[in-house]
Amino acid sequence: MYKSWWKILGSVIVIYTTVAGLLLGVPHLPILNETIRNLYFHVPMWFAMLTLFSISVFYSIKHLLTGDQADDLRAVESVNVGVVFSLLGLVTGSLWAKYTWGQYWSFDVKQNFTAVAILLYFAYLILRNAIDEQQKRAKISAIYNIFAFPMMIVLILVLPRLSDSLHPGNGGNPGFNKYDLDERMRMVLYPAFIGWSVIGYWIYTIRFRIRSIENQQNS
Amino acid sequence: MHLLNQVKYLIKKEILLEWRSKYAINGVLLYVVSSVFVCFLSFITIDNKITWNALFWIIILFSSINGVSKGFLQETKGQQLYSYIVASPIAIILAKTIYNILLMLALTTIALAVYTTVFSYVPVDFLMFYVAVVLGSLSFSTIFTMVSAIASKAGNGGMLMAILSFPVIIPVLIVLIRLAKNAIDGLDRSVSLDEIGILLMINVMAICASLLLFPYLWRD
Repeated sequence: MYKSWWKILGSVIVIYTTVAGLLLGVPHLPILNETIRNLYFHVPMWFAMLTLFSISVFYSIKHLLTGDQADDLRAVESVNVGVVFSLLGLVTGSLWAKYTWGQYWSFDVKQNFTAVAILLYFAYLILRNAIDEQQKRAKISAIYNIFAFPMMIVLILVLPRLSDSLHPGNGGNPGFNKYDLDERMRMVLYPAFIGWSVIGYWIYTIRFRIRSIENQQNS
Repeated sequence: MHLLNQVKYLIKKEILLEWRSKYAINGVLLYVVSSVFVCFLSFITIDNKITWNALFWIIILFSSINGVSKGFLQETKGQQLYSYIVASPIAIILAKTIYNILLMLALTTIALAVYTTVFSYVPVDFLMFYVAVVLGSLSFSTIFTMVSAIASKAGNGGMLMAILSFPVIIPVLIVLIRLAKNAIDGLDRSVSLDEIGILLMINVMAICASLLLFPYLWRD
């Protein structure tokens, strides 16, 4: 029990942010109205994704230094979970965009660049499928993963800031924390970042354990 | 100094091999010229400057994928073993990158010359546009060299090369197209400094990453 305190903490935080996010008061802003609540579900997905991709790069570097096959398995499983979170982030974002911008996909830079960033990780997964030999696959995909990570950061965090975008916080639009975000929203948003990241990490550890047991049974 | 000598030797070897067969340079040159010509035949004239710009970069993108990926993908096992015996892995990747930069510079300059003459249009700020072309050949070479090294090790050449390199090159391409657009519109040069800075940063990042990662990659 004492080892799983963080799992309980993560679940409690996520349940709290879901309930409070839907029930607690929010500032009434034109156009946004109640869709502002999407903030609690959309932004934490990207936080969880970044956490998982960082874990993946960490284990890829570790794999190159030590050559441990378990580290390669950790890297690929965290990418698998991270990709799911990035898709969830994209879906929650485009649902929100439907109600505020009028279209699910309005070819906004932020949407396009995140889609390209997700392609990067699909390319990583395809690269893994292309190589049969296990050790070679581990090494080459670790190298590509490390090469792709800075590009993903440029795509998601640097480039959208340079061009006009409808997305809050970009292209002259005010970000949520400028003046819309009041104390009530902070009470839900910041715990949500931590909660969803912990849940993502938890899913990744479960997947890693399943895969290592499968590998043991096969060999 | 040891490293520098190795790099110099390897570049000389690459150029010598290329000079003997003249396969890559002539092949890619023909590729560029014929794709420009195909575009000319299908468009005849391009009134829209945005289309002119986009078409140019698409031609450069595909010809540089073809040109640069030859470096690692078409090397025989014997050639690879030879260079691994005579030089350190860092020297090999540096030499390949520098050779590809030279190749791309020559190629893009010729492509630009042909493209501007065929469509008889010259960007307003030609010097700035040429800076974009130089930066483009620099970034395409640094990124594609490393990606082609990865693809060649994975052993499944052409298709993997496209899948792996497109997501990496798209951010670069977007910044390049924006920089070239500024030059076409004849905007003040200080406007484009941001883009130049980002491109240089991406290049430094790509070179650092290849220097750090290639020593792990080359050994089978």
